[in-house]
Amino acid sequence: MSDSPSASYLPEHPPVTDWVNDFDHTDPAWTEDPFPIWEMLRTASPVVHTERFLGCYMPTTYQAVKEIAYDTEHFSSRRVIVRDVRPEITARAPPITSDPPEHKPAKQVLLPPFTPDAMKRLEPRVRAICNELIDAFIKDGGCDAAARYTKHVPVRAIAHMLGIPEKDGDLFIKWIHQILELGIKDDNELMSGVREMTGYFMAHLEQRKLEPGDDLISQLMRAKGPDGQPLSDEHVLGSLRLLLIAGIDTTWSAIGSSLWHLAKTPADRERLVAEPELMPTAIEEFLRAYSPVTMAREVMKDTTISGCPVKSGNMVLLSFPAANRDPAMFPDADKVVIDRKENRHAAFGLGIHRCVGSNLARMEMTVAIEEWLKRIPDFRLDPAGKVTWSEGTVRGPRQLPVLFGKGS
Amino acid sequence: MSKLRIRVDQDKCQGHARCKSLAPELFELDEYGNAHEAGDGVVPEGLEDKAWLAQTNCPEIAIEVTEE
Repeated sequence: MSDSPSASYLPEHPPVTDWVNDFDHTDPAWTEDPFPIWEMLRTASPVVHTERFLGCYMPTTYQAVKEIAYDTEHFSSRRVIVRDVRPEITARAPPITSDPPEHKPAKQVLLPPFTPDAMKRLEPRVRAICNELIDAFIKDGGCDAAARYTKHVPVRAIAHMLGIPEKDGDLFIKWIHQILELGIKDDNELMSGVREMTGYFMAHLEQRKLEPGDDLISQLMRAKGPDGQPLSDEHVLGSLRLLLIAGIDTTWSAIGSSLWHLAKTPADRERLVAEPELMPTAIEEFLRAYSPVTMAREVMKDTTISGCPVKSGNMVLLSFPAANRDPAMFPDADKVVIDRKENRHAAFGLGIHRCVGSNLARMEMTVAIEEWLKRIPDFRLDPAGKVTWSEGTVRGPRQLPVLFGKGS
Repeated sequence: MSKLRIRVDQDKCQGHARCKSLAPELFELDEYGNAHEAGDGVVPEGLEDKAWLAQTNCPEIAIEVTEE
């Protein structure tokens, strides 16, 4: 997911005045409320273009997003973040940065530990993590749910899976901030995050060479590649980088957006408490309406998408979140309908790059919302606080101040 | 009501597992989490709605439902 070091700090972006011809997914207006922007872009064209980021397209409809996601001939995954710079690629994170034919074997190694059955075995630990977190703030009358709760659930869950100390979570959060947010505009931050993370995992690899265990790191070290040989250290490190980068702020964001919605929508909250059997459709609907993850592709050959010419050398901002708000695909696309029956949302991607951790994410979201609602059935946004949203590739609340109880 | 039969297209299935969650009686997942129709794919009486629900929620449109 990362690129090599090179020259680096670029100036702040000028504010956007012409969204259709000059969009910028790091603009503060997009970060704060992207939905009307996507609607404007979708009305203008199924594919829009900006000269920013050295040239970048964005498909705005579900159909155009799907065409690109399925087309691995014209669109490469070797770069999966749209950034200001495009340095040489060195540190890869297979399979997310892989194209066919390397992609399939790299992905198959990762799939068995993330099946729904494997997630059922992890679920009791996640339920306990949620309750430990809630215990720490439930008597306070309120909390910043992003800082105290939603952030820690995926960090601790993935640490548990990897067999590394749950208390190292603060380090992971720092690296992810450097790589996914600061790294869009500052190459030094990105490289520093990647370097520290690689060093950290290398130490864990060395330790397991002496004392193999049953955790996910040990499982990856024992896994065989397509040639029947064990995976190289570099491959294992790349996949661990991917699991950490892709497995934390994504689910943190999804849980946060769900709680944000429930905090400001008492009718949905009360219905979910009274009818817990709606949880599966509610989770899918939160995933659709507040999809956290926007991916990227690089155009390798000229082609046409939904009738629009697309030129090689440009990047593509592959917005699954915008696709999921397309009214041509979803009736009442801008409404959150927690018992929506038909919901082919693309929150976890479409095609060969379907999120390897989707079953983990669903389990964490379900357990985190269930345990929160059991302990704190009534809560609301704190009018004295401010909700803030992450910038860039993964969108979710980074501050979510809430008060417990019905209020007056 | 006519008999329904389901089939998961292995070239299309990407392992979202939505079908397994919506209709656990009708689908099985392999070690990679990819879905297959349970048994011969014939939908037992009373589970027709679940078959259609799984079909209409598959993001990859990988589930075929045919009426026999």
